[in-house]
Amino acid sequence: MPRPKPPKPPAVRRHHWIVRLTHWASALLLVGMVTSGLQIYGAYARFGERGAAAYLNPFEGNTFPRAVRLGGWLAGGLNWHFALMWPLVALGLLYLCYLVWSGEWRALLFRPRDVPGALGMTKYYLRLRKDHPPQGKHNPLQKLAYTSIVLVGVLAVLTGLAIYKPLQFAWLTALLGGFQATRYWHFWTVWIFVAFTLTHVALVFLVDPPSLRAMITGRYRGRFPSHD
Amino acid sequence: MIDRRGFVKLAAGAGPAALAAACGWDGGDAVRPTLLDWSRLNDWVGEKILYSPTRLAREYPTPARSARLPSYFISRMTPVLENPGAWRLRVDGLVRRPLELSLADLHALPRVGYTVKHHCVEGWTAIATWHGVPVSAIIEHCEPLPAARYVNFASFDAGYSNGWDLASALHPQTILAYGLNDNPLPPAHGAPLRLYSPTKLGYKLTKYLVSLTFTDTRPGGYWEDQGYPWFAGI
Repeated sequence: MPRPKPPKPPAVRRHHWIVRLTHWASALLLVGMVTSGLQIYGAYARFGERGAAAYLNPFEGNTFPRAVRLGGWLAGGLNWHFALMWPLVALGLLYLCYLVWSGEWRALLFRPRDVPGALGMTKYYLRLRKDHPPQGKHNPLQKLAYTSIVLVGVLAVLTGLAIYKPLQFAWLTALLGGFQATRYWHFWTVWIFVAFTLTHVALVFLVDPPSLRAMITGRYRGRFPSHD
Repeated sequence: MIDRRGFVKLAAGAGPAALAAACGWDGGDAVRPTLLDWSRLNDWVGEKILYSPTRLAREYPTPARSARLPSYFISRMTPVLENPGAWRLRVDGLVRRPLELSLADLHALPRVGYTVKHHCVEGWTAIATWHGVPVSAIIEHCEPLPAARYVNFASFDAGYSNGWDLASALHPQTILAYGLNDNPLPPAHGAPLRLYSPTKLGYKLTKYLVSLTFTDTRPGGYWEDQGYPWFAGI
């Protein structure tokens, strides 16, 4: 006799359309920014003044494979990069405005009081504890990740501006350590975005697959239905 | 649980991005014109909003000079004049007083020198000292007509040229350089005269100059016509 199916948990409304729109559109634009950025990188695959020491870079002197480059040549890469940056920044601002306006930032911002919970989640992921700690809409490690990635986004925009107009924003370029240092940090934001995205997607499938549907339809039917 | 619809939607989003990235696509005939329109919008933002006609690039002490300053030309061989003594800089177009200036004439005009950082569009930077005549001094002498809004800098390097907006040309650090690192400008760097400014990317700095032409329509340029940003102010 087949076992009766467990009753489906009721759907809860989880993501506002602004969150879903900015999430997927940003993901797409980020792919464009990273790939056009890797095209631009190939024009001078090194960080440091001419004739001076270079910053530590495992990709020094390398050109990335054609399959992960957008633009075909330097001018193409630049034009893609400088076109996609506007909608990406606009979406980022829209998202942040929404978080503030809706009060949802409270469920996302990592604060000192989240530290013990973050340790508990780390133990769970490291198999040092069996049960998944109770959580609200997001667990403390998620809050840490989502807070950090917003900060990395801000850093990507600021370092980008500082190397786009290093004279007009000379104060910013100087604050970030000079043109070549800023170029270097801008490049590192790429790998933070890539690592974040891979981890993010892996955890969706491993830990909470219904959250994918929630990010598409807005409705969530999973294990962590509570709202903060 | 991911349902089929979810997968389809995800694929619909990821598909075009992967396609766009594949094989170093430049956008093709369909997207390239749109990208160039965006580039013009960025030119406008760079020129009208972000550019300051008075903000000066930082100057460095001479020991900060880079050991090597790369250069290039588009001719097959280093462009050199057959008869350097006959070289003249022509200043024409929408001006009240067209000029023909010899190197000696230029040396007699006010001299500006600075040690500044060069920014190449490729991403490298190098510090060097440049000497020359401010373009603003030339503009004072030739008296452009009110209709003049742009300057075209032309060279004897296989037709290499650059169009500039008048405000950038008038910047106090925009010069016609005849000296590099305390020496006469070498052939590799555009002898006898080149445009220099720490406010623009290197490809806007025309080497091997032959003329300045003031126009009311926007002149293109060697790289600009191939898709590189036109304003290229930093």
